[in-house]
Amino acid sequence: MSKVGQQLYLSSSPHIHSGETTVKVMRAVLYSLVPACAVAVYFFGLSALLVLLLATVGCLATEAVCQRLMGQPVTIADGSAAITGVLLALNLPPTSPWWLTLLGAVIAIVIGKQVYGGLGSNPFNPALVARVVLLISFPVQMTTWSAPAPLGSGLDLVTTATPLGAWKNAVMLTGQAPVELQGGLTQYFLGNMPGCIGEVSALALLLGAAYLLYRRILTWHIPAAFVGSVVLLSGLFWLVNPAKYPSPVFHLLTGGLVLGAFYMATDMVTTPVSTRGMLVFGAGCGLLTVLIRLFGGYPEGVSFAILLMNAATPLIDRYLRPRTFGVQAGKG
Amino acid sequence: MSLLGEFRKGLWRENAVFRLLLGLCPTLAVTTSAENGLGMGFATTFVLVGSNIVVSLLRQVIPPKVRIPAFIVIIASFVTVVQLCMEAYFYDLYKALGIFIPLIVVNCVILGRAEAFASKNRLLPAMADGLGMGIGFTLALFVLGAVRELFGSGTLLGYAVFGSGYQPLLLMILPPGAFIAMGLLLACMNLFDARRR
Repeated sequence: MSKVGQQLYLSSSPHIHSGETTVKVMRAVLYSLVPACAVAVYFFGLSALLVLLLATVGCLATEAVCQRLMGQPVTIADGSAAITGVLLALNLPPTSPWWLTLLGAVIAIVIGKQVYGGLGSNPFNPALVARVVLLISFPVQMTTWSAPAPLGSGLDLVTTATPLGAWKNAVMLTGQAPVELQGGLTQYFLGNMPGCIGEVSALALLLGAAYLLYRRILTWHIPAAFVGSVVLLSGLFWLVNPAKYPSPVFHLLTGGLVLGAFYMATDMVTTPVSTRGMLVFGAGCGLLTVLIRLFGGYPEGVSFAILLMNAATPLIDRYLRPRTFGVQAGKG
Repeated sequence: MSLLGEFRKGLWRENAVFRLLLGLCPTLAVTTSAENGLGMGFATTFVLVGSNIVVSLLRQVIPPKVRIPAFIVIIASFVTVVQLCMEAYFYDLYKALGIFIPLIVVNCVILGRAEAFASKNRLLPAMADGLGMGIGFTLALFVLGAVRELFGSGTLLGYAVFGSGYQPLLLMILPPGAFIAMGLLLACMNLFDARRR
């Protein structure tokens, strides 16, 4: 048997390999995040760069230490820990203190990934686990936002509220949406608004996502279902009461929706495998996001929505199994 | 098994929380501080020893078909004693533990020991078993409460441990922190046992 195994490549189907490996996929995702990181550094300055570096190095180091302690081969070169680090940084405010960033990196790798058995076994997106732990534990540091101060403008960082946070505050106080938020959508699209490091520029994120779609590392299903359901639901509320509820475009361009829909909700490990499952997953994320944004205690709900749908992924996979080729429904 | 053996098995080898994973509802809910953990542990130990004694004494009298309701009545009586005493002498703790004091009635550890041990054994072994299990439960709750309080509030038994610059990891004293701390402590115990063998 072993001799045959050496001469013939024996495995179950499929027999044609696309040539993609974990390393290649991870590298492509890292490349696709370059525009978003560049825009972040442009708008938020060196503090954003520091958070990015610290989170990435922190994740790599934690992964290496974990694997060394457990006596496993150290696989930090595959890039998955680096991506977790970058995604975590993109989900943190640019003014995060160093200890917050490092703690997030440790939580992402230890609690979010390695306790479940490492890459491929984690039920939840590690970067989002860390973000939510930090958000719940350190509400002050995690919601201290700074207005963008483009490089060369000579401004230090000015603290202010995110568009979503400003909307929630105004609605809680007056029951009306603040007028000035409805303008500035172009600025929101470019990324000139307060927010997490990576969520501000929809343009840069979409550029990266287009590259991933071209490389076929992303499929359109989850992002489309996610964004589509957000537009549909928020549009419904907007049509009913435009004075109170913000327009769907506002929902799309503010907060972490683009980052979440294209990068966090499309993590291959923690999302359904079938196309129908992906559509359900994306729609569920969108539904929960709008509900949390409009009626929840937090101004932003993308990370909670994705984590909740991560928990539902095994169930979705179980109920939406693709039909086996050649088998007719009802005939077993 | 000797009396000492019956007593000692509850401390580590058959520890109710970390080995049998029984009584997790109060364990996870009240261990937001070491003090709450200790209070809950002592209250449970008292009920456990008392119910074990009475169940063991009455084991010939209780008809097998209605043994569970009979055990519950015995346990509930002791819980009422604990609740009234706590309200009278430890009012702050009573307020902190709240609904979880009357809920000691349905703590699986207590009913479990009544069913599995006290109803089949004589008085002295039943007492030793109840005491050991209760102290083991108390230790587990104390350790879990101490870990959660240390990281979640930066204090231990109310005294500040870290400097004033410490930012408490609030999650640890919230419900998810209970599960995470419990899992990590369990992992440490398993690691310790595996190394010792």
